Amino acid sequence: MAHESPTALERFINGILPENPIYRQLLGLCPFLAVTNAMAPAMTMAAATGFVLIAANVMVSAIRGLLKPHLRILVFTLTIATFVTIADKVLAAYLYDMSKQLGPYIPLIICNCLIISRCEICASKQSIKVAFADGVGMSLGFALALASIATVREILGSGSWFGVELLSPEFWPAWGIMVLPPGAFLVMGVLLGAAEWYGNRKKAAAAAQTSEA
Amino acid sequence: MEEKAPKTSFIGQAWLVILLALLYGGGLAGVQLALGPRIAENKRNETYALIPEMVPGAATEKTVELEIVGADGKNVRVYKAVSADDQHLGWVIPASGGGFADRIECIIGVDATLSVITGVYVLDQKETPGLGDLITTADFLDRLKGKATDLPLTVVKRNPQAANDVLSLTGATISSVAVCDIVNNAIANTQAPLRQLASADAATPKQD
Repeated sequence: MAHESPTALERFINGILPENPIYRQLLGLCPFLAVTNAMAPAMTMAAATGFVLIAANVMVSAIRGLLKPHLRILVFTLTIATFVTIADKVLAAYLYDMSKQLGPYIPLIICNCLIISRCEICASKQSIKVAFADGVGMSLGFALALASIATVREILGSGSWFGVELLSPEFWPAWGIMVLPPGAFLVMGVLLGAAEWYGNRKKAAAAAQTSEA
Repeated sequence: MEEKAPKTSFIGQAWLVILLALLYGGGLAGVQLALGPRIAENKRNETYALIPEMVPGAATEKTVELEIVGADGKNVRVYKAVSADDQHLGWVIPASGGGFADRIECIIGVDATLSVITGVYVLDQKETPGLGDLITTADFLDRLKGKATDLPLTVVKRNPQAANDVLSLTGATISSVAVCDIVNNAIANTQAPLRQLASADAATPKQD
């Protein structure tokens, strides 16, 4: 029986939670750890990655009929690098301070396995519409994952969220470790554990329902 | 029978890559043309804001932007740092050079006679996170501050002895050397014309 490719809607939904790039696929962990000590840089990174992911997916899908198997990775890399450079220039022009704060992490989007994997798995095989939906879904999933860790780290580490003070320093002695690299690993471990526990619980519930039926 | 392009044909195999490279290159040139002036303006504004830090006592609003001809024969943009009471305190020289990963852009503050480095700041860099990017920290940049310019800065890995020795960052020797080279080259390129300019200024009687 021929295996049917997922539809645009399925690709979109899968990207957000069921195949979340961070929590389910463990892809793009470098920015997940590196720029999530506060919400503002995390969301800027999510937006830049989203732009590159969607644009690269659409472009690769548009030329998929012309791709030669042994040169496809080269074409993906060329395409991704172009859109990353555009994102880098736009940030330097319109969000200069944020661009400086993110430093080399914006050019490093080129190395984000999430983008090249979506080009390989979806964009090089499916229509522009499906590739676009996949890009949007994965971008939302990535942004959601970055927001989850940045929320925990910024609130516990600085007592604020998006720079707005939530916990007064009188009541909350900010946990400095949370905004430092070890804090990123600690929170990542806890959040990945929680996501895995929740996933297993859902699977067990579904299995129990099937056996009862 | 269907004829296939021979595998050895470079154009037959790579035409798409070549076409895309040209297309993307053109697109990026367009983006650079459109956004380049705005990015340059952002860097210029940052430089102006940092002038009091690069040359202590200087007032941003009194800064004079000049274009001089460097020792290499090329035009160089420099900033004359002046105090609130119109005293010439020093110069701020923008300069750049190759780093470990990409170009490093710096601004260098020197006194009026270009004898002492009064401050260095890294405007833009893409060095390795956690290692090379430590060149932006005050801990490293302060190692260059106060150094005399009569001898070029030399990066050493341990025990800086000589007055012009700069202790390298652990695990980022290339980035450390790159910053010192940028400073050395910028000073060598502008020292003579700026000293000439400063002495000409000093010789001109001030009008009240």
